[in-house]
Amino acid sequence: MKLIIAIIKPFKLDEVREALTEIGVAGMTITEVKGFGRQKGQTEIYRGAEYSTNMVPKIKIEVVCASDVAPNAIEAIQAAANTGAIGDGKIFVLDVGQAVRIRTGETDQTAL
Amino acid sequence: MKLSTKIAAVSAALFAALPAWAQEAALQAPPAAAGAATVDKGDTAWMMTSTILVLLMILPGLALFYGGLARTKNMLSVMTQIGAVACLAMLMWVMFGYSLAFGPDGSDALKPFIASFGKAFLAGVTPASQAATFTAGVEIPEYVFISFQMTFAAITIALVLGSVIERIKFSAVMLFAAIWLTIVYFPIAHMVWAAGGLFFEMGALDFAGGTVVHINAGVSALVAALLLGKRIGFPQERMAPHSLTLTMVGTGLLWVGWFGFNAGSALEANGSAALAMINTLVATASGGLFWMLAERVHGHKGSALGFCSGIIAGLVAVTPAAGNSGPFGAIVLGAVAAIICFYAVTVVKPKLGYDDSLDAFGIHGVGGIVGAIGTAIVYAPSLGGPGAADYDMAAKLVVQLLAVGTTIVWAAIGTAIAFVAAKAATGGRVTPDVEREGLDLGEHGERAYNY
Repeated sequence: MKLIIAIIKPFKLDEVREALTEIGVAGMTITEVKGFGRQKGQTEIYRGAEYSTNMVPKIKIEVVCASDVAPNAIEAIQAAANTGAIGDGKIFVLDVGQAVRIRTGETDQTAL
Repeated sequence: MKLSTKIAAVSAALFAALPAWAQEAALQAPPAAAGAATVDKGDTAWMMTSTILVLLMILPGLALFYGGLARTKNMLSVMTQIGAVACLAMLMWVMFGYSLAFGPDGSDALKPFIASFGKAFLAGVTPASQAATFTAGVEIPEYVFISFQMTFAAITIALVLGSVIERIKFSAVMLFAAIWLTIVYFPIAHMVWAAGGLFFEMGALDFAGGTVVHINAGVSALVAALLLGKRIGFPQERMAPHSLTLTMVGTGLLWVGWFGFNAGSALEANGSAALAMINTLVATASGGLFWMLAERVHGHKGSALGFCSGIIAGLVAVTPAAGNSGPFGAIVLGAVAAIICFYAVTVVKPKLGYDDSLDAFGIHGVGGIVGAIGTAIVYAPSLGGPGAADYDMAAKLVVQLLAVGTTIVWAAIGTAIAFVAAKAATGGRVTPDVEREGLDLGEHGERAYNY
């Protein structure tokens, strides 16, 4: 099993969710996050007081899927979240040791 | 002189003519029996409405406007302080404030500055008592006049708080308000609006309280902010408004309520009120747009906060001019005030480095001064104002400058006294821990938002 962590632009969430659903990935967890990479932040001005925001709002998606599904899922996310501009985000993939469905106690791939 | 209320003279005469035993009889007597003057039901209804409109400016108008500009952790403290000082002002007003501002004259020497305690606890006022308007023979019930003026005292002290929020103790706010109202607001209200008052006798033009309310509150706010010191982290740390949405809502409520403030200051439902009404529309519209234009000229984006700030600057500037200007003079006045306030807030304030947190001075003080001086200009009949044909602008400018200067000095000294006393008794400032944690939790034990 693999844990796919994708940091994407917030407005791309729906497209990514649809792309993953199409290839049979049936669940995800998302978090509203802030961070920075190459994309520079914005400057806000309130009555002359300037504040530069280095941290840009993003959505973090976490998906656990079977190892053989992972390449398709990564490709789907990459395609759906791509705008061609800096700040499109990144995808990280980790190995997952164990999974348990709390309601039934099913484990690993049957728990996904 | 537009804002004459001959109330002091009239009610003093009424009071003198009514021995205590006659009070009950006066209660029963039809209004016409109180004198030759008549009370018009339309005027009365309008003044009652205006009074409630000014109340709307305070809660929720100013509370939301200021609250939205504060940080999340201080939202409740800002709104609570505003509500509490407004309530305190209302109670002090009926106890002795009204008497000191509009009561019977004390000694001749004090007459230009303050009245007396003759109407303390509203002595002698009954439902049949009447207060003069600007038309001979037309009066309104005195209780309505007392209530209307009460809301002015309440909003003025609430405005002052804009410079000291996010760090001042609640106890310090209350004590400061009590002293400040007594030694600053009540005397200046008397000077401007009561027959015999210093500015009143000078012939200063102040339709709805540009001097008493806005210059007074703005200068007091500046002095209080200087004495209290900056917020921890100012100006390096991010102190962005936590909800410009609420600020926009508050701005709208202030604008709506301001019709009670300005048009209500005609004290009658007549042409003068109508002039004040149209000016309160167009000067404000002009202020909102010109602030955003000033932002554009400075290379910034036209902002929502700039829009709201321009609206308030326009309203402040047109306050003394409401019934003293033609609509096009008011448009120019609103625009000029917005542009000058923009520079005061975005250029001058950062250079001087003081922490007037919500720009109470930058907008109310500076806008009030622009309005007071500008009123002498737009009053001229040649510029569409209601002045007489022989209007002497230069002479009136001198009078306005004297009134403005006196108000600035009086407010600054009075505020310093009130603040030092409040600080000595309460400590003035919350602890650094409370300031970092937020005054909502530290001073009131609540959070504005639980989600």
